Amino acid sequence: MNDDDRVFKALADPTRRFLLDRLFQRDGRTLTELESDLEMTRFGVMKHLKILEEAGLVVTRKEGREKLHFLNPVPIRLVHDRWIDKYTERQVSALADLKHELEGGSA
Amino acid sequence: MSTDTMTATQVYRVYIKATPQKIWDAITKPEWTQRYGYTNIADFDLRPGGAYKAYPSEAMKRGGEAAGIPIPDVVVDGEVLEVDPPNRLVTTWRMLMDPESAPEGFTRVTFDIAETNGGVCRLTVTHELENAPRLALVVGGGLEDTGAGGGWAWVLSDLKSLLENGSPMNMEDGFKE
Repeated sequence: MNDDDRVFKALADPTRRFLLDRLFQRDGRTLTELESDLEMTRFGVMKHLKILEEAGLVVTRKEGREKLHFLNPVPIRLVHDRWIDKYTERQVSALADLKHELEGGSA
Repeated sequence: MSTDTMTATQVYRVYIKATPQKIWDAITKPEWTQRYGYTNIADFDLRPGGAYKAYPSEAMKRGGEAAGIPIPDVVVDGEVLEVDPPNRLVTTWRMLMDPESAPEGFTRVTFDIAETNGGVCRLTVTHELENAPRLALVVGGGLEDTGAGGGWAWVLSDLKSLLENGSPMNMEDGFKE
């Protein structure tokens, strides 16, 4: 499996996307915090975090006695630059704006 | 154990097929720093207590002019805290380019370069952004749509592209010529 494969695989799961969204909202969380947001065993959450770590989407860092989880956006940026920028950025952003507008936000 | 740890730290990691020395040079040497990301011209006095300054490239000045953003003579400054070439560099870091970030003062950036297998290095950038919410937004890429560049993720993606393919990816973006 190459790097892109690992990123796509990691993103192809709603629980893992949820975990990334939680870290996007506030970065640097402990396993205990992340676990409390999910109806899942600690072991289950750890398994998902491990896949996210292997894809490079989550980086952990020790702060004092705690292990904190950080969202690493670089792999998504690389996928973006490789797959989206190159072919379709203009169209995609126009469509994203349209979707946003239609769904009631301001683009 | 606290269950509600607040942190203003951002962590970015990228794997690059290059030697630690090459990555170190790309971060610390002006002939490299002006070829990717914001294209600034880095000037590090690489010893503890040494000064760090980044000057705007011609492309940045022109880009700033076109966008109506005044570009100061020094765009980032700081002080070197730790130097262990080619593996670790810690500096204080203040962005002067953005008038709203500048008054937030000095933050702290750590570059860690570690060799993994297969000639690939792991570069980790840790930016400690306590009391610097505006700068956190800028380096987090939150202002990219306004022409402020995409922050560390954008810079590191571009750096990887430069070192692995010989050319940066974002040539048409932001402050590039």
